[in-house]
Amino acid sequence: MNATLSELWPYLLLLLVGFLPNEAWRVLGLVLARGLNEDSEWVVWSRAVATAILAGVIAKLIVFSTGALANIPLSLRVGAAICGCLAFWVARRSVFAGVLAGELVLLAGGLLFPS
Amino acid sequence: MTATPAISAAESPARAFLAGFKSAVTSVFFLVLAGTYVGIGALAHDFGFSAWWLMASSICVWAAPAQVILISSLGGGSALIEVAIAVSLSAIRLFPMVVALLPLLRGPSVRTRHLLLPAHFTSVSMWVESLRLLPSIPRSRRIAFCNGLSVGYLGTAVTFGFVGFFLAAGLPPLLAGCLLFLTPMSFLTSTIRNSRQMVDGLALLLGLIIGPVLTAQHVELDLMWTGVAGGTLAYAIHRIRGAKK
Repeated sequence: MNATLSELWPYLLLLLVGFLPNEAWRVLGLVLARGLNEDSEWVVWSRAVATAILAGVIAKLIVFSTGALANIPLSLRVGAAICGCLAFWVARRSVFAGVLAGELVLLAGGLLFPS
Repeated sequence: MTATPAISAAESPARAFLAGFKSAVTSVFFLVLAGTYVGIGALAHDFGFSAWWLMASSICVWAAPAQVILISSLGGGSALIEVAIAVSLSAIRLFPMVVALLPLLRGPSVRTRHLLLPAHFTSVSMWVESLRLLPSIPRSRRIAFCNGLSVGYLGTAVTFGFVGFFLAAGLPPLLAGCLLFLTPMSFLTSTIRNSRQMVDGLALLLGLIIGPVLTAQHVELDLMWTGVAGGTLAYAIHRIRGAKK
């Protein structure tokens, strides 16, 4: 690969496997914008698939961490995520409280048990 | 929460655009987006993408879940077809959102090309605020307002993406690890909050379990199968329970 191509390659990938598969749904919405019930069975199923995919990504980021997060032990990462979820519930479904609690547990654990 | 911006039809589209921009940067979503994109910036740095690439991905993909999938799977060396399928499956929700938004923007002098930008800008933050604010805005100024709102949100995302990227590069390892933890933690809690029905919560739980199991077993196209299997199983349980009632 020559220099120009190797620099442009990540952008080409962005268009092919990022932009196009994502944008297709927006364009489809623009073209077929006629009565689609938010609660139709097809929408319920597609939302479940999208939620499960996102959950899979979240779990992978926590369980199979890379880079700086991989230096923190697995048990601490999972424990911090569980504490974050508990704080989220306790604080009446507050995303902010959940994220803050998860981060504080991770930070405190990392300071107490340096790897 | 911001007060509903007062705009009259007599004001110029530029003023409506600015009013939209202003309501974006003063809304509750400003903080949510800033935090999310600091995390995504750190993630992009971690997986070896450039800051400019991250900016380009925010502008042209403009959907945080799709960007997280794109960065982590592309950076993690997944097959390109798998990345494309996973991104596409995560983006289906955009379809009904665009369908619901457009009737608010349509009008006698509105052509399809005027709707291209609002359709592209459709994402959770912009969509929620548009549905809340647009009804109180004169129809002739809605597209300008909506574009201003979207540019405000997108600008926030791009700016804080850079912040996260360069923080991740300069912070000591433990703090950089905490920065990387922002994405899974914020997505986990916001997905729980967005779970409107039992089927959504079930899909989340199944995805959290199936995802790492398939990865540990080195299953090909693990993300796609996590979505299809977890989502369909959740849907099936939802139907069976519904039938019993």
